[in-house]
Amino acid sequence: MGYIVLLIIAAIVVWAIVAYNSLVRLRNEIDGSWRQIDVQLKRRHDLIPNLVEAVRGYMQYERETLNQVVEARAKALTASDQGSRIAAENQLSSGIGRLLAVMENYPQLKADQNVLRLQEELTTTENQIAFARQAYNDVVLSLNTRIQTFPSNLIAGNFGFHAAEYFKAAPEDQAVPKVDLAMSAPRVQQ
Amino acid sequence: MTAASDFRALEATNRRETAVLVVTMIAILAALGFGLDVWAGSIRIADGSLSGFPLLTIFALIFGAVQALISFYGGAGLVLLSVHAHPLTPDTIQHQRVLDTINEMAIAARMPPPRAYLMDDPAPNAFATGRDPAHSVICVTQGLVDKMDREELQGVIGHEMSHIRDYDIRTMMMVAVMVGGIAMLSDFFFRMMFYSGGGRRSRNDKNDGGGAIVVIYLATLILAVVAPIVAQLVAMAISRQREYLADASSVEFTRNPRALLRALEQIARSESPLKAATSGTGHLFIVNPREGVREDRERFFDNLLSTHPPLTKRIERLRAMLGAPGQATAIPQS
Repeated sequence: MGYIVLLIIAAIVVWAIVAYNSLVRLRNEIDGSWRQIDVQLKRRHDLIPNLVEAVRGYMQYERETLNQVVEARAKALTASDQGSRIAAENQLSSGIGRLLAVMENYPQLKADQNVLRLQEELTTTENQIAFARQAYNDVVLSLNTRIQTFPSNLIAGNFGFHAAEYFKAAPEDQAVPKVDLAMSAPRVQQ
Repeated sequence: MTAASDFRALEATNRRETAVLVVTMIAILAALGFGLDVWAGSIRIADGSLSGFPLLTIFALIFGAVQALISFYGGAGLVLLSVHAHPLTPDTIQHQRVLDTINEMAIAARMPPPRAYLMDDPAPNAFATGRDPAHSVICVTQGLVDKMDREELQGVIGHEMSHIRDYDIRTMMMVAVMVGGIAMLSDFFFRMMFYSGGGRRSRNDKNDGGGAIVVIYLATLILAVVAPIVAQLVAMAISRQREYLADASSVEFTRNPRALLRALEQIARSESPLKAATSGTGHLFIVNPREGVREDRERFFDNLLSTHPPLTKRIERLRAMLGAPGQATAIPQS
């Protein structure tokens, strides 16, 4: 009898350790994913002045679009808390989406290697932000599910694990598909 | 969580299958070596007991072990060499776009970005190889670079990324390199039979005269013919189910069934065959270049001998995902 009780206690302890470790792993993964997003956001901030400079000459009639991007970038850089920063970054995302779309109307841009390079870099940065956000949200979902479901919620509750916040995209941003630019090779449209 | 535990299970399956493959291959090699020993007379069978030193069996065992080690650590390099691939550099915007897309999909899959290689071939195709995610390679053809837009590239690279995450690349690489080795050895065996077989047989017959030797000759002969075919069949069976899984995982990464769907349709439309692929490497590609992309691949024998499900069936499944509720509907691009 004694052995059985001991075995059950041992099993519970082992389970608790495994559950605790996997919660820690998820929490670290969330930090890692967030840093990944942060790196891309910074890279985007660095790219924008260069791109705006490069296209300004060609796009005199798009002053408004360009200004929106520049302003959103400034706002994101000076945001004091997480919430307003996310809002500003989302605004910047949709501004860049618009800018990249408008650039399609200027064929002379496609002859400028410098612009094409910058455009590609900005496009991939946008996509990397989107995918990093997707990865981040996936991990948040895993952690939050663990924290809220029985029995792992017992461990989470006792060791101070908190549900993490999703990185929500702005509604208008969701309507913009992952950016694809016309520098792709000619293709047959179905 | 289910997705995470799914791919861990797939990884475990692949580790196990690779081990089974290596053991089987070494056993086949040892059996071939034993046959050669009997043939060459270094082992004699008399009155049901063996005598002599099994030199060729030991040689085959060592050959098998060395081959397995080389396949594991150098297999990716050998595969890349055999298809004449070279590292992909950002020399043009199109190549930069491929490198960028690989980084994007690595982020989506939460994995380190694989190294990128290029094959100078106009047929659109791609494959991944390596022993684990940290030592992985994605190789694309120039045709893929030229013909695919960014969305399609994401679909294709997402598919390859899934093969990497699930350790399919390890199994497939070992199949590619070790099957090649077996084929080489049985080729060697045949040559021995033809050029030096006659004389030795008459001597052996005189010495032992046992029916057992004939049986072993026959068994070895059969093995030499059948081994490469069996190895190929195993490769095919393992590989076929994985393609559907990789297609599904690609959609998991891109959240966009249209990406891979359009890419596969694009490949189905392309006519140019891939020249560099051999029977050893064909199964590595996203669409097997040696099976072509014909739409009439429904006959039983075709199915048995192919490493990939018919392209039409894969496209069908992706179409179903596109229509599935809860999936983001694709937005037509400019």
